[in-house]
Amino acid sequence: MRKPLLLAAEGLNKSFAGFHAIRNLNFYMEEGELRTVIGPNGAGKSTFLDLITGRTRPDSGTLFWKDETDLTRLNEYQIFRAGIGRKFQTPTVYIDHTVFENLLLSLEGARGVWANLFHRPTKTQIDRIHEILGLIQLSAKADTKAGALAHGQKQWLEIGMLLAQNAKLLLVDEPAAGLTDEETHRTGELLLSLAGRHSIIVIEHDMVFVRQISLGRKVTVLHQGSVLCEGSADEVQNDERVIEVYLGRKHVRPVN
Amino acid sequence: MRRNFSRSELIAVGVIALLGLIVLPALNSAGLISNFAINLWGKYLCYAVLAISVDLLWGYTGLLSLGQALFFSLGGYMLGMHLMLMIGKLGQYKSDLPDFMVFLGYTSLPTFWQPFRSFLFAALMILAVPGLLSGVFGYLAFRSRIKGVYFSILTQALTYAGSLMFFRNDLLMGGNNGFTDFKLLLGLDLRTPGVQRGLFIATVALLLLVYLGCRWLTMTKFGLVQRAVRDSETRVLFSGYAAANYKLFIFVLAAIIASLGGALYVPQVGIINPSEMTPDKSLEAVVWCAVGGRGTLFGPVLGAISVNALKSWATRAYPDSWLIILGGLFILVVLFLPGGIASVPGLLARTMRRRKKSDEPIAAVPATAVSAATEA
Repeated sequence: MRKPLLLAAEGLNKSFAGFHAIRNLNFYMEEGELRTVIGPNGAGKSTFLDLITGRTRPDSGTLFWKDETDLTRLNEYQIFRAGIGRKFQTPTVYIDHTVFENLLLSLEGARGVWANLFHRPTKTQIDRIHEILGLIQLSAKADTKAGALAHGQKQWLEIGMLLAQNAKLLLVDEPAAGLTDEETHRTGELLLSLAGRHSIIVIEHDMVFVRQISLGRKVTVLHQGSVLCEGSADEVQNDERVIEVYLGRKHVRPVN
Repeated sequence: MRRNFSRSELIAVGVIALLGLIVLPALNSAGLISNFAINLWGKYLCYAVLAISVDLLWGYTGLLSLGQALFFSLGGYMLGMHLMLMIGKLGQYKSDLPDFMVFLGYTSLPTFWQPFRSFLFAALMILAVPGLLSGVFGYLAFRSRIKGVYFSILTQALTYAGSLMFFRNDLLMGGNNGFTDFKLLLGLDLRTPGVQRGLFIATVALLLLVYLGCRWLTMTKFGLVQRAVRDSETRVLFSGYAAANYKLFIFVLAAIIASLGGALYVPQVGIINPSEMTPDKSLEAVVWCAVGGRGTLFGPVLGAISVNALKSWATRAYPDSWLIILGGLFILVVLFLPGGIASVPGLLARTMRRRKKSDEPIAAVPATAVSAATEA
């Protein structure tokens, strides 16, 4: 029996003022997968995440969550509540809140106005926040305002916020952007440790990082808004078409 | 998230409560503070309540509402309707009807005026009318995700439309003269110093309640979400919060707070007319908030009092240039003191610390090294 599909996108199309960002895109993902999506600039990677998370709506096509929920009918927070969390390309944290408060706001739990008027964090919740602080190595910065963090720390805080949400599917847009090699490697390890418990889609440019996290897993290459090919990191990196779209000429390896 | 009031804050609030609720009224009844001064300060404190409502939206939620004067005036009008009916036969025309209705040729009280004979009903309307109006307007605006400058323009249009409506005689709300010449409130003569003193005490109590309530709100998780909406609404949405509901709650709350301020304002100044709800009145409240320091709750209170004290003086000393002074003040604060008056102590403390730090190393450097450095 095949595993149930977590996410199934079929025939997705999206244009912005004549620019065809997503073109007849088909994408399937099983539960528990860690999928890496690569592709040159303008391939539609971020737009694809925008479609999944309800930031924009497709012009046509379907986007099903667990074979039953049509994501194109839900808005951002309904999609979040269905179990999909997102980390943005540029770190998006609450700069005027402390690191602790950032995590508290992200922690799974009631989201309504009334519930939050009288909400007090429980011992378990506070413990959970400290556990995450340890994971993202920001324990010492709990009471620092997020706006005062270094770029890499903001990236990690946002990943920590995803963890706090305990989302089923994590959409991680360029987690290694602006990180040092060592930080990138640690980010990779963190994502790998989450794989299995969460399903994850990672969008990334850094091929060393892609190799690290996609070992034995599937990589999807997007090009001009549709899937160019899928396979292991080695397969796609040696695929003639991939080399061509990345570099515009043949017989040269893509990045690295 | 600060979970508790700090001790210094509680002491400050206690001192102000003691002063406003007991000391000043006692000095007034002893004749040491003039009735004029008590009345003037009562007015300032009503403005302070209005300023807090602006700050709750602008400073804490990032919603620059230019329509708060509408809700302030509506509160005033609701109590005003009751006060007009309480004039009874003491008016110019010796009629049971308010004077302006007699003047317009009415012989019986319009239906929608009838229940305002009851003080309780009027009090309920002070909460309900601005609450409903802001609820409907906010629901439509936030559901359509109207933000930033578009929200400001819409709220400004709302208050302008309100003023145009109230200027019309056939709304039966007194037209451009509005309501005035009040006599009685709860059977007491409004024109006596004792009742005015009571209104002053009520205003101080309202301001303290509003202040403490809003402080509590900022300390809850709701307050965290509220400021998160201000700083990154996208993140809030993608964290599962329906940002529109939070904005709607604050918009309605701010409207009711403004309305309560307006309801206490009217019996103290003795008049309410549509010029109180023109857009420039809302803009003034925004200036108080900016001058005092938005994003703090005592900032708007300081701003409302200081700008209005300045206004009282400047409109007498330089009646023609008051608006230029106000505009200039706004520009100066925005350019040079973005945190407003409330940020001054912090800035001073920081400069002192920096001076102390920079003093020490210079003293430690030998004179020869300094001259060598300057030569190089």
